[in-house]
Amino acid sequence: MASQPLQSVPAEQTPAQHEQSLEDAARRDAEGQAYFDKVMADDSRIEPRDWMPPAYRKTLVRQISQHAHSEIIGMQPEANWISRAPSLKRKAILMAKVQDEAGHGLYLYSAAETLGQPRDQMMQDLMDGKAKYSSIFNYPARTWADMGAIGWMVDGAAIANQVPLCRASYGPYGRAMVRVCKEESFHQRQGFEILLELSHGTPEQKQMAQEAVNRWYAPALMMFGPPDQDSPNSQQSMAWNIKRFGNDELRARFVGMMMEQVKVLELTLPDKDIRFNEETKKWEHGPLDWDEFHEVLSGRGPCNAQRLERRREAHENGAWVREAAVAYADKQSRKQAQKEFAA
Amino acid sequence: MSTTPETAVPAEETAGHGDISVGVPGAGAEFGAGSGDAAASATRITPGNALRPEDIALAVSRGTAKPSDDAAEYALRLGDDALILAQRLGHWISRGPELEEDIALGNIALDQLGHARSFLSYAGGAYAKDGKPGKTEDDLAYFRREPEFRSVEIFEQPNGDFAVTIARQFVVSYYQYELYRRLTESTDATLAGIAAKAVKEVDYHRDHSAQWVLRLALGTDESREKMIHAFQVIWPYVDELFRDDELTARLAGTGAAVEPSSLRADFDRLTGEVLAEAELDVPQVKAAPGGGRRGLHSEHLGYLLAEMQVLAREYPGATW
Amino acid sequence: MNDSTAPAAAPAPHTAGNVWPLWEVFVRSSRGLSHVHAGSLHAPDAVMALRNARDLYTRRNEGVSIWVVPADAIASSDPDSKGAFFESPQGKDYRHATYYTKSEGVKHL
Ligand SMILES: [Fe+2]
Ligand SMILES: [Fe+2]
Ligand SMILES: [Fe+2]
Repeated sequence: MASQPLQSVPAEQTPAQHEQSLEDAARRDAEGQAYFDKVMADDSRIEPRDWMPPAYRKTLVRQISQHAHSEIIGMQPEANWISRAPSLKRKAILMAKVQDEAGHGLYLYSAAETLGQPRDQMMQDLMDGKAKYSSIFNYPARTWADMGAIGWMVDGAAIANQVPLCRASYGPYGRAMVRVCKEESFHQRQGFEILLELSHGTPEQKQMAQEAVNRWYAPALMMFGPPDQDSPNSQQSMAWNIKRFGNDELRARFVGMMMEQVKVLELTLPDKDIRFNEETKKWEHGPLDWDEFHEVLSGRGPCNAQRLERRREAHENGAWVREAAVAYADKQSRKQAQKEFAA
Repeated sequence: MSTTPETAVPAEETAGHGDISVGVPGAGAEFGAGSGDAAASATRITPGNALRPEDIALAVSRGTAKPSDDAAEYALRLGDDALILAQRLGHWISRGPELEEDIALGNIALDQLGHARSFLSYAGGAYAKDGKPGKTEDDLAYFRREPEFRSVEIFEQPNGDFAVTIARQFVVSYYQYELYRRLTESTDATLAGIAAKAVKEVDYHRDHSAQWVLRLALGTDESREKMIHAFQVIWPYVDELFRDDELTARLAGTGAAVEPSSLRADFDRLTGEVLAEAELDVPQVKAAPGGGRRGLHSEHLGYLLAEMQVLAREYPGATW
Repeated sequence: MNDSTAPAAAPAPHTAGNVWPLWEVFVRSSRGLSHVHAGSLHAPDAVMALRNARDLYTRRNEGVSIWVVPADAIASSDPDSKGAFFESPQGKDYRHATYYTKSEGVKHL
């Protein structure tokens, strides 16, 4: 890749040739940077084989793979209720929803692969606990109402985050997000409808719904990431047209949407401080416990160990299957080659 | 679910409300080669039009589809088979050997669940008698006790490892294909309609399982051993699928259904072809007596139902 | 979503033997239209790649036909030679009907 400067003097080069190739590399980098800057200024797109600053590539790999991991780990709290869904219709919806999340993980891993990062490496990093994923999926889905709260608030927050990402400057990421956002369109609605059913159901059902909303509210707001002033990466991502809006901006919008929607649900948000600030024209919310956020993110949440163990288990239990398929493919292509040779 | 004007979110950013705008003009075509031909999009999505469980339930509640007692009992059998299988397969979502396989098994589970819902909705129509309403798919799925389930034992067999799941899939999909293929000509229009949708889906399930039987049987020594073992585990339950009884005899008499035994020759021939290609022998095992059609199940079903029904039974009469 | 390049990095050693290669998926959304790139996936061979593509990329009726291509079988133009490759057609207006203004207004032309 043009972005990697030459490291050592290849044996067949004279010192003068080596000088020359260093110069060439520097010139390519300078040209590349100029082209990259123009793409950013024009709000155009970078494609996989374009020159890109190493830090841009690194940021993308990190962000896209974290996003992919979140989709995959995020399957677990909901998969937990597939077997117990209280009606066959809800069972079908939930299965399709969790299945979609697997698809989202796949689209995103593919986007990250265009940057030279193989999927199995990303998966390994996840299982080794080296990679991060959205901390919200480390909370347990305690009741059926959590399926509603997750769909409405967690998918809702994810969508609010993801829609601007459809215009991310890295082409494959933006395209993956377009597909994801199209599929997400039913996730939030089905969650909302679960809560609506519950809140209009028996008193116990309504209470179940309210408790789920109470539990998922703060973690959902924290999905937008730390406040902008504590989020140094955020600034750079905006300069690179990866992110389009700051964390606080997106969070405030989300709070505004929730406030409207929660009325339809006839439930409340567990935050007395929510208000619309007439001066700034922005929604404001109460303080969030960022210490807890960092605790959970760093591995000390209620389900961190369980989530990773489950992923490892699936991966390890599947190893012999993946191996068998590779071995079969090899045998088949050898057979094919022999046939062609004989013909 | 509309955004308040105060939030001042640009129109294309109001996310997450049904028909999501993705903020990219002509985004549907973005996957394309930049042809600007939105119609060529590989992301254009449609619900399609097929016979859905909801359509059957509606026809039943309107009385435009009304099963005979025999047809209802038969639909209950097929519905239970598919439901129990869907319940088993759903467990694989998030546990597959590779992410792509999570999705494949998820699709199969959803197909089976769809068939179950259609058959059960139809079966429920028979309970509408003397002014009483019929039963819904959920009444039947969640509020019957184990002895009232009519599924045969192979469907409730545990997932085991991936090979066992594939062995079970292989048997049931070849069986269901032969069955639904014939039921498309049922004199019972609703059974024929459900079968016409199901047979195409089950055709794919056959292919899926056959592909995996080949790969596991001919892949590595380890996978071959596991595949052989899996067939040993599953094959005792094959015979029960093809057993005739008084109900099937009566239904075969009216052309509403076929005798299960009449499917056996095709089943043996087609599964035999795949097994031969996989260099596997048809397992020589003793058949289990089975009794699922009479409500006599293996020990596994009770646990499956306990898990499936727990929430619905905690809140009887609730809607979800 | 893999845009034609095979990942440059070599597979990590721990993965030998059970890593499925990458495939690019092209979907025809309805008869009469071209196949367009839908994304990518992993599969052990072409047979399974087609099936995985069906399961992953056509769950919502997105397609009536699918192609899969091994990602490393795709050759692509070099982004560094954008100029040499794509400059030539610029400015050759006479290839376009709009260049011919004198005939404007003449019917059926
Ligand atoms: Fe998702
Ligand atoms: Fe989602
Ligand atoms: Fe997401």
